[in-house]
This record gives sequence, structure tokens and C-alpha cells, in this order.
Amino acid sequence: MTEKKHWLGRVYLVFAFALLYLPIFYLIFYSFSTGKSMSNFKGFTFSHYQTLFSDSRLIVIVLDTLIVAVLSSLVATIIGTMGALGIYRVQNKHWRNLILSLNNILMVSPDVIIGASFLILFTALGVTLGFGSVLVSHIAFSIPIVVLLVLPRLREMDATMIDAARDLGANGWQILSQVILPFILPSVFSGYFMAFTYSLDDFAVTFFVTGNGFATLSVEIYSRARQGINLEINALSALMFIFSIVLIVGYYFINHYTQSRRNKRQRGGAYLK
Amino acid sequence: MKKVTTLTKTNRLPYFSLYFLWIGLFVIAPVALIVYQSFFGIDHSLTLSNYRTYLSSSVYLRMTFNSFWFAFLITVLTLAISYPTAYFLTKLEHRQLWILLIILPTWINLLLKAYAFIGIFSQSGSVNNFLTFIGVGPQQLLFTNTSFILVAAYIQIPFMILPIYNSLVDIDPAIINASHDLGANNFQTLWRVIFPMSINGVRSGVQAVFIPSLSLFMITRLIGGNKVITLGTAIEEHFMTTMNWGMGSTIGVVLIIIMFITMALTAGGRKGKAKS
Repeated sequence: MTEKKHWLGRVYLVFAFALLYLPIFYLIFYSFSTGKSMSNFKGFTFSHYQTLFSDSRLIVIVLDTLIVAVLSSLVATIIGTMGALGIYRVQNKHWRNLILSLNNILMVSPDVIIGASFLILFTALGVTLGFGSVLVSHIAFSIPIVVLLVLPRLREMDATMIDAARDLGANGWQILSQVILPFILPSVFSGYFMAFTYSLDDFAVTFFVTGNGFATLSVEIYSRARQGINLEINALSALMFIFSIVLIVGYYFINHYTQSRRNKRQRGGAYLK
Repeated sequence: MKKVTTLTKTNRLPYFSLYFLWIGLFVIAPVALIVYQSFFGIDHSLTLSNYRTYLSSSVYLRMTFNSFWFAFLITVLTLAISYPTAYFLTKLEHRQLWILLIILPTWINLLLKAYAFIGIFSQSGSVNNFLTFIGVGPQQLLFTNTSFILVAAYIQIPFMILPIYNSLVDIDPAIINASHDLGANNFQTLWRVIFPMSINGVRSGVQAVFIPSLSLFMITRLIGGNKVITLGTAIEEHFMTTMNWGMGSTIGVVLIIIMFITMALTAGGRKGKAKS
């Protein structure tokens, strides 16, 4: 590679990263402005953060969002891991492909379709919209990603380990809890983690099934943003940016741990989403 | 051996019970319900009128075409920005770290990113300040088709970069060396060797960007004002505002069909997938 080409590539990458990050930093920058809009930075202040922390409605919404995320990802991880264990045992190729195709439907469907069809489903079943319907929807759309993360790890498992355990007299439950689960645990953790971020990030599905009384952070940001600029949202986005960095660093370490245990067989980057 | 197979067969059921309940209730039933609902008129009678209205109304057909056209432009713009980025990223050291920096923006709530552009594109925002500075004067940027396309492309760039990057990293460097040894210049190598070998990444990227572009109703609401109507916006409007679920479901069925067509067109690289 010539020197000139490297130089051009670097310039282009600087441009690309600037493009990706400038809007985010712009948002955070104005959270410290004394003004009322996202232009003409007037003076430095923490006042928007103070309003944020004294906004009890918003704090309740943040807590609700976290409760939904923690619970839905927990249930989705359990059901998804069980599904992966089931799929792993299916010998018939056609059945396995059929189950996997069904599994992936919610991964590729546009959010609007998932939201609208879940709304029809809840109405048909007579479920009141609110915390319950949001929680169940989040569980439902997080299950397939858990399956997709756990299944490859199961396939990497050495099947002779299970035979050995059985020969040594282990019963089905012991094989599961003492041989299989410890081996797939890193992928179960990444599954939980991805389900957690899916839940935190979701807007469209929640918007359809949330009803009137209950809101998650995304829904609240949407309704506030529709009313125009409010620097409290900027302060909120700064905090969420920091939270995202913490999460992604956490995920990186889980992934790194998994990868080093896989003897670095995987090349390239961690393809997270 | 026989005993083992019977053991696994009986063990399979408890694993699957909840998972199959999920597939039945949240995968099959919703799709069936949206198709079923599309045959109901606003007066709750079984009818084909929704499809008749859709296919004979120039409003709906133009909306579908516009939505398609917007999604196409967004995909082309995203690809044009992302391919070189992915290509140059493969040439860096510490690539894991750089890829992490590409992924990080996807973890920031989409609505916050859209909200940032309400500020950036506003009358007194930084883009208009810049336009005033270079002498063009302030323009109406927010609530236009262009602003919708730019913001949608911005949000989706990482989803295009990642699959392309993954396919570029998988190319054996020996093949590129061979191309140079055989007398190809840099451009020929890029166009005739590297690009064809990364086509599967481009395909998945296009799929990951095009389908959501048809349905991102929150961006059209926040950035496009109420001027830009995509298929997603129309569905949201019918379900949440006009409460005409039948028509909303009909548009939903159209969106599902377009989604399958897109997937069929972008899933041509089976051989490549089998290898990796």
C-alpha cells in the first residue's frame, strides 16, 4: 500500500467518525447551556441536570424502564436458552430449519408490524394495556436473539463430554446443570445482555402496546421531543450516553472472556447487533 | 445406543414447552391475526374492501411508491458512505477497538439521535448558522424530505458498515496479492476482486437498512413533520389515530410482502454463507 492511499483512507475515516459522533456530542454539549434551545451556547450550567433529578415523573419512568428491561431479559434468557437446548437435540434437519425460520421471524420483522400485531393479539385476548403487555412484548421480541447467541455455543460443545458424564452415572438434570450449563454460560450471559439492551432501546413496539397509563423512557422521549426542544432531554441523553458506554464496555469484557475461551477461533469484530 | 436416543427424545419436550408456547402465541398468532384483521372493514364486517381501496386509491399507491423511493435513496446514501468506511477500517490496527466505536452509536436510543437533528436542522441550528456564514442564508431544513433521508441514513450507517466490514475482513490477503502480482492496479483490484468478494456483506447491509427504512415512523414524525408518509407512518396512523385497524393491517400485509421480496432478492449468496 502506498503512503498516499493510507493518508486518504485516514482522512475519510476521520470524516466518517465525525459524522457518527458529532450529532451525539452536539446534543450533550447543549445540555450544559443556560439557553433554551440548541443554538448559541450562552453559559455553562448544571441546571438542566438539577431539573432532571428533581423530575419525579421522569425518575419513575426510568425505574419502570429498568424493571421492564431486567425482568423481560431474565425471562427471555430462560425461555430462549431452553429453546436452544431443545433445538440442539432436534436431529431432523427439516424440523430444525423450520423452527429456526420461525425463531427468526421476529428478528427480521419491522418493529411497526410487531407492535401492531401484538396490539391486535392483546386486544383479542382481552389483556389490559400497560406494564403487563409491555413486559410480555419485550420478553417476546428478546427470545430469538437469546436462541441465536446460545445455539452456536451449544454446537461447539464436545458431545463426548455428555457421553462421559452419562457413563459416569450422571442423570439428565445433573448433565444439564453440571456439564452443559457451565459450558454455555458465557453465551447465556451475552444473550441476557443483548435482551437487556433490546428492551432498553425499543420504542416502536412499546409505543403500540403501552396504553395510556404506562410509559417507558423511549415513549416519554418521543412525546417530549414532539413538543420541541427541551434541554432536559439533552441532559438525559448525556446520562444515557455514559450508561451506554458502561454497558458496551461490560459487554466487550463478557465477549472477550468468551472469545479467549474459544481460543480466538473467531476472526474479525464482535458483531453485536 | 438405542437407550440414548429414547432418552433425548423424552427430554426434548420440557425444553420446548415454553418455547413452543412462545412461537405459537407471539410468532404465528400475530402474523395470522394481522392477515385476518386486514379483511375487516371499519364497521367490523368481513370484506375485501380494504384491499380494493388500497389497490384503487392513488393516495395509497403513491404513498407506497414514495416509501419505496425514500427507502431506496436512504439505502444508496448509506451504502455510499459505509462501503469506504468499512474498507478503510480493515486497514487499521486495533480494529476491534475501532469497530466498537462504530457499534457504540447504535446503543444510543434512536429517538435521542433523531432529537439531536431537531436542534441541528432548526432555523437557528448549526447547519443554518453555517449556511448563513458561507452566504447562502438560512433554509427550511426541518420537516423536509431531504432531512428525513439524511437522518434515516445517519441512524442506519453502522448497520451497513458492520456486515460489509465482516465480509471484507474474511477475504484472504493472498488473493489481493495475487491480483496485484497479475498486474491489476488498485482500482481494478478493488472493483473486480474485493467488491465481488464482499457482495454478501453488501447484501445483508442492504437488507438491514432497506426494510427498516420503509417503517421508521418515529423519524418521519419527528424530522419529516407530517409531510413524509412511509408505510410505517401509515400503519401507525391507522392503528393509533384513525383507529381503522383493518386498513392498517392491510398496509401491514403489503409491508410484510415487500419484506419477503426484499429478503429473497438480497439472499442470493447461499454458497458464500455455507462457507462461513
